[in-house]
Amino acid sequence: MMKLDNATFQGYARDNGRAGVRNHVIILPVDDISNAAAEAVGNNIKGTLAIPHPYGRLQFGADLELHFRTLIGTGCNPNVAAVVVIGIEPAWTRRVVDGIAATGKPVQGFWIEQNGDHATIAAASRKAKEFVHYATSLRRVERPLSDLWVSTKCGESDTTSGCGSNPTVGNAFDKLYPHATTLCFGETTELTGGEHLVAARCATPEVRDQFMAMFNRYQDVINRFKTSDLSDSQPTKGNIEGGLTTIEEKALGNIQKIGRMCKVDGVLDKAEVPTKPGLWFMDSSSAAAEMVTLCAASGYVVHFFPTGQGNVIGNPILPVIKLCANPRTVRTMAEHVDVDVSALLRREMSPDDAGDKLLECMFATANGRWTAAEVLGHREFVLTRLYESA
Amino acid sequence: MIHFVVHDEGDSAGVVVVEGVKAGQMLSGWIMDQDKDLNVKALSDIPIGHKLAIKDLQSNDTVIKYGVDIGRTIAPIRLGEHLHVHNVKTKRW
Repeated sequence: MMKLDNATFQGYARDNGRAGVRNHVIILPVDDISNAAAEAVGNNIKGTLAIPHPYGRLQFGADLELHFRTLIGTGCNPNVAAVVVIGIEPAWTRRVVDGIAATGKPVQGFWIEQNGDHATIAAASRKAKEFVHYATSLRRVERPLSDLWVSTKCGESDTTSGCGSNPTVGNAFDKLYPHATTLCFGETTELTGGEHLVAARCATPEVRDQFMAMFNRYQDVINRFKTSDLSDSQPTKGNIEGGLTTIEEKALGNIQKIGRMCKVDGVLDKAEVPTKPGLWFMDSSSAAAEMVTLCAASGYVVHFFPTGQGNVIGNPILPVIKLCANPRTVRTMAEHVDVDVSALLRREMSPDDAGDKLLECMFATANGRWTAAEVLGHREFVLTRLYESA
Repeated sequence: MIHFVVHDEGDSAGVVVVEGVKAGQMLSGWIMDQDKDLNVKALSDIPIGHKLAIKDLQSNDTVIKYGVDIGRTIAPIRLGEHLHVHNVKTKRW
């Protein structure tokens, strides 16, 4: 079994004390209509990454707060070295800039009204060029394992997820947990049928009450709008094709990801930042790109993504490590799989060996090796919406 | 060779982990939690990842997997038959 005592990785030290495993300069639009300018800057300045998205106008209340929290959290993530923010007008642009500036990292905002795209793109490109010189002058340094924040979410699951790839994440989480790492899982509706098992793992009665309140709130949303089998959305068509029959079965497979020993130490609202090491439950959608985007916004720097039928998701700033135990998927979609644990189901690999194989990939990824999703250019960035715009 | 795996010996169903299982085939199973072997004759063609019943079930029986309730049968299912959305439903929504 892999020894994790005194384990370290080579990461980027950020001014706020966190450590990143990537060193992105991102061009972050505040709203949908600033995407074109952001993408133009991304095209002009090599080594930058524009992160377009479809929202940010006429949102209000909790939905708007979540929008800001997600954008600011993305900019604050330690995998990001510096940020250019572009919005249509100055006030909300400044709000995002100020939120990111609290980390101490370089960030500057630009707005389009009364400037036009051309002037905005020119000014933002000049700043982005400076930021790339800054970022590329930074060097990786040795950091303790406890600085690594690891999130998990599974996708296009099938029955092999519950037998193979999800327990492999659970095995790795059980090994990481005693080393003061900060871990996260979520997918609120995808615990349906196994919520009592998660409740029993909560570290205190207060955490259990908070978890159950989040679970019940989400069940109310489902019950308000529900259709038969949720219109083949939970389980998904792909889940059913892969042999999963009911939400309860899918949930019990899902829960394998939190291992057998970890306690649930706290709960997070969407894109909320954990305040101490331990395993955190985030109240979140079970849609892959939404959940992974929220993990990135909460500050996680490496993600474990088990799949059965072959979900291909990535994220612009959070390296997504795919693992799979389905021998057919490993054969037909090999280019997407970082860790093949199909030998588990042939009884040729022990759960401990599978967990170690995932941890080896985690360290390699943290030290700079690109994941399959990064190499293939998967940069899904999907903002969660709570309700209609005004 | 393992054709199917079962999480817990109290479960109603196992998961086929190889491609091309045909009706009439003798299948070797592995019960993971208790590390035991189990042999079942398949009564249906069963795709990889899909489940077979490892006991006879009546209509409206509770289906157990991971030792936990995963739904109810909506038709009788015989030992070795394909168990999926055509004969099992969620109890939740």
